[in-house]
Amino acid sequence: MNEYTLPIFFGLAAGTISRLIMLRTDYRQYPTYLHGKIIHVAIGFIAAGLGTIAVPAILEEEFTAITFLTVAASQFREVRNMERDTLTELDHYELVTRGKTYIEGIAIAFESRNYLVIMTSLFTTFSYLMFNVWVAAIVAIVSMFLSRLMMAGGKLKDLVDIEYMEPRFEGSGLYVDNIYIMNIGLPERQKEVLKYGMGFILKPKNFDARSTIANLGQRQAVLHDLSTALGVYRDSGTPALVPLAKRDLDDGRIGIFVLPQHRDAQRAIRVIGAVPTLENAIRMPMERRRKEG
Amino acid sequence: MTIEKCILAAITTNPKKITSGMAVFHCDSKAELESYAANLEAILDGIAHALSEELLIIVRH
Repeated sequence: MNEYTLPIFFGLAAGTISRLIMLRTDYRQYPTYLHGKIIHVAIGFIAAGLGTIAVPAILEEEFTAITFLTVAASQFREVRNMERDTLTELDHYELVTRGKTYIEGIAIAFESRNYLVIMTSLFTTFSYLMFNVWVAAIVAIVSMFLSRLMMAGGKLKDLVDIEYMEPRFEGSGLYVDNIYIMNIGLPERQKEVLKYGMGFILKPKNFDARSTIANLGQRQAVLHDLSTALGVYRDSGTPALVPLAKRDLDDGRIGIFVLPQHRDAQRAIRVIGAVPTLENAIRMPMERRRKEG
Repeated sequence: MTIEKCILAAITTNPKKITSGMAVFHCDSKAELESYAANLEAILDGIAHALSEELLIIVRH
């Protein structure tokens, strides 16, 4: 045991706990399995180790040790690739796919969480060595709180007003409000669609939101989350029963058509509202205009 | 191999509307038209789209 042993253990513990806090299994059902969780906790532990070791290394004037952090960066990029590959492969077998944009968003989150773990461990160990264990504990709690805050992105309910709308047929065209969804020719299939189908209108609150929800990946994310939360009335080889989201070209509203197993409009509205706004879908045309003046 | 976004078959009760060029099924009644379309929809994993009362096409998306 030397003067660094306790601070290092403290930093390691703080980093690993913060990774555990950020590892949530929720309605998106990912990661679901124990093995998937173990992989992420183990990598989080390694990240915590790297962040912790950096501080004593600097104090001992071993400046080359900092290059270890570059190894960490390439390791965590590998985590992102791993998540992307796994989810893309699995996506082929989903009844309602996640879509590439959603998958990329999840993969980015997994990578960045490891950097947040490094940050937590680094600050914690540093404050332990500079001050004492109590300051370190406070720093650890604040870092964990900050990590959670940084990981919680925007929600769709901040961007749009959501309204339930019964789908209807005009001839063989299926409509949600005035938004054309698709053409279904067989009367039998039309009856099925009207019986099980639900329609929702997403009305953008501003011009920026209009561009964001127009993104096909964002729309697919809504369909996926909705189908995960409420179930889906379809099987492979029934393309007439596929959930769809189409856009009103005039005002940018989105018409969502889904066939959930559990028909509860209020719950569906809550689920749509809780869909994350995907980082890769966010557009801010107003920002440009503001800067140009 | 799957062929998508193509008309895989056409079913009609009015042979004047479509004669050849692909799998065309000429039916005698609306009931026959619908049963053919429902079967073809299941077989081809496609959707039966109605162009008019008497003409349906099967497309896989």
